[in-house]
Amino acid sequence: MLAESLFFSAVLFTIGVVGVLTRRNAIIVFMCVELMLNAVNLTFVAFAQVYGVAGQIFVFFVMTVAAAEAAVGLAIIIALFRHRQTVNLSNINLLKG
Amino acid sequence: MLLQHAATAGAHPLSGTAADYLWLLPLLPLLGFVANGLLAMLSVVKFGPKDPSASHGDDHGHAAHADDAHAHGGGHDDHAVVRHRFASLASIIGPGVLALSFFLAVAIFMAMRGAGEIHVPFIQKYFSWMPVGDLQIDAAFQLDQLSMVMVLIITGVGTLIHIFSVGYMQDDPGYPRFFAYLNLFVFFMLLLVLGSSYPLMFVGWEGVGLCSYLLIGFWFSEKANADAGKKAFIVNRIGDFGFLVAMFMLFANLGALDFVGVNAAALSNFTMGSTLVTVICLFLFLGCAGKSAQIPLYVWLPDAMAGPTPVSALIHAATMVTAGVYLIARSNVLFSLAPAASLTVVVIGALTAFFAATIGLKQWDIKKVLAYSTVSQLGYMFMGVGSGAYVAGVFHLMTHAFFKALLFLGSGSVIYAMHKAYHHTGNHEDAQDMRNMGGLKKYLPITWALMWASTLAIAGIPPFAGFFSKDEILAAVHNRHSGTLFDTVTFLGIPGPFVMLVCYTLGLAAAFMTAVYMTRMMLYTFHGPNRTGDKEREHLAEAPWVMTGPLVVLGVLSVFGGWFNLPKLIVELIPIGPVASLEHWLEPVVGASEIRMQGGAVREVAHSTEWVLIGVAIVIAVAGIGLAFARLKPAKLVPANEALPEHGIEKVLANKYYVDEAYDEIIVDPVVATSRNLLWRGIDVGLIDGFTRLFIQSKDQDSTPGKVPMGGLLPRAVGWIGSQMQSGQVGTYAWVLVVGMLLVLGAFTFRS
Repeated sequence: MLAESLFFSAVLFTIGVVGVLTRRNAIIVFMCVELMLNAVNLTFVAFAQVYGVAGQIFVFFVMTVAAAEAAVGLAIIIALFRHRQTVNLSNINLLKG
Repeated sequence: MLLQHAATAGAHPLSGTAADYLWLLPLLPLLGFVANGLLAMLSVVKFGPKDPSASHGDDHGHAAHADDAHAHGGGHDDHAVVRHRFASLASIIGPGVLALSFFLAVAIFMAMRGAGEIHVPFIQKYFSWMPVGDLQIDAAFQLDQLSMVMVLIITGVGTLIHIFSVGYMQDDPGYPRFFAYLNLFVFFMLLLVLGSSYPLMFVGWEGVGLCSYLLIGFWFSEKANADAGKKAFIVNRIGDFGFLVAMFMLFANLGALDFVGVNAAALSNFTMGSTLVTVICLFLFLGCAGKSAQIPLYVWLPDAMAGPTPVSALIHAATMVTAGVYLIARSNVLFSLAPAASLTVVVIGALTAFFAATIGLKQWDIKKVLAYSTVSQLGYMFMGVGSGAYVAGVFHLMTHAFFKALLFLGSGSVIYAMHKAYHHTGNHEDAQDMRNMGGLKKYLPITWALMWASTLAIAGIPPFAGFFSKDEILAAVHNRHSGTLFDTVTFLGIPGPFVMLVCYTLGLAAAFMTAVYMTRMMLYTFHGPNRTGDKEREHLAEAPWVMTGPLVVLGVLSVFGGWFNLPKLIVELIPIGPVASLEHWLEPVVGASEIRMQGGAVREVAHSTEWVLIGVAIVIAVAGIGLAFARLKPAKLVPANEALPEHGIEKVLANKYYVDEAYDEIIVDPVVATSRNLLWRGIDVGLIDGFTRLFIQSKDQDSTPGKVPMGGLLPRAVGWIGSQMQSGQVGTYAWVLVVGMLLVLGAFTFRS
């Protein structure tokens, strides 16, 4: 059971990474980050079956932080859109050196 | 307050007595400093520096009280001086905390006397200050007989001087600031004598240096005063370097820095007269020479007279300058293991006593006479502690604190009267020049009588305090010239016994000159016709009782101070009091070292020899006073502005052997020239600025093209490469991040 769970979360994580790297839409990149977080959560839960309840508790922390992060992240994206009328990350390069 | 008793203190006879409140001794002056400091800041912040009662640099407020000769700025049109708005509060807090501290010290002293013989110091540990590996330094106070004596002198004399200051500084615009500094000084001084380890003592040592600097430059709007403060601070740094090196060497060789640990380890680890312990002691003595104004570092003390006179009395005569003597008495175990270093201390002390006394012969400024006299008397103390007569050195420290504080405060009272008189008529003459005084006996009878008492004390006329202490030191130097550890050492190749005899002779000569210049000072100040001026004369008057009261107390101490340690010889002849009380009192601290210095057994000196020594001392003192009376004619003296320039040896003495000029020429000027020409123009402007021009685009480069052809090329190139990495694309950053993470993961996975 553990091996399958870990494999599944590894797949989810990889999908997230690839999404972040390849997609240009900020919303989708953002969703992929959430996917990576949840893949990690899954790993925690899976290991909690073997090593005790600490992993489950950690998941709650991750979810809390993820919620806060979602709120801040979405707010940034909305503010960005209001200024630039786009959420395409290729067009957003104000910090170019 | 964290009260953790050290292991030794748990069973100590003093625990459970007033000594438990040891921490309160320095804390009270510290609280006084905070309160007075807040008052001083409040008046400046709330009412602004231009407030007439708070302006430090205000010209007429300054002239109203400055006792510095050059401080008579304008503004004589207005005689009514505004007192500081917080003056009454500050005059309660300032002396009040000191008085409380003194009463507590007396209570602790009573407890110590009641506890019988105490051979282990009472140590009160508060917290671990520097726990670094082997270096364990506690913030702890050590109470033993030696620190008790010092605490009583500091708080006792300190209280009297604080009370005197209430009158002396009453019109000063910086009144609360003055008391804040004075309180802070006493705090650091108590820290110095109560600290249980060298580093803690060093904190106090530096702290009193800071307060000395602040108080010498108290009237800092005059450049001369600020310069004098800086000079004192810088000269003391040289000495402090020696103290620091000695501490490093102690820790490196003994692994301990607290007094108890060092004393125990020194006895077992150091061999008698080894090079190591001699070098440590010499470095310690370098520190003492700085703080206690010995050759070659004495030059700051005469300049320190730029401060207010109570400061000169408290810091530059009675307490701080004796810190060096205290340090040697405290390190008596080390010094008794290093006879060569001790001999050096005797020689420097004797030379200083002699040298400063000769300068004192030709000074005209009343405070300068006393300053050189202080340097000279400190030389005596070092002769005492150097020759291994630690009790005699500490005894002279004590009696000197009494009579020199009285002399300074008395001169303060004279200057106060002179200044008031000159201020009334708007005269700009020097209020400190003895040539402008004369005949003041008629106008200041109390000050006159008390000053004579202290003059006889310092000159060594029995039964005044200075006679007993000075005689004890001279006798110790003479008696220990042979048959002691000094037989085994030489100073610059000259055998120890001979050096000791020469030092004894120098000491006698200095005693003679002391009698001469002190009598000279008294004759020119108080006797003969008055030279102040016809109009001014009417305004000369005795100072208020808040100033003369402390003088009377000090006068009593100057007369009877010798009773603290009466020699056996005299008591056997005339039973006037207890024998050698101070010696018995200090026996647990210095007794063993005194015996070690004398070669293992107390040397009994024939009574006839002792009587001869006492007789010689008395004859010399009387001869000095007699010579001064016979040769000096105050009636022939003219005011300073009519005086003719001096010639020959008199000119050399009046100019202090040109030592300051020589130091300027040999040390100060080359240092300044090197700093200016090599370090600033050569290295800073030439090398560093020239080099940086390669990297930094100068501001005027655009307007003068071609001036610096390479200007800013290198940083621009580096910057361009860096900027190319910043694409602004989040995706790129994410790629770099992922690749980096994979590399790290891979490195960990495939490591084995």
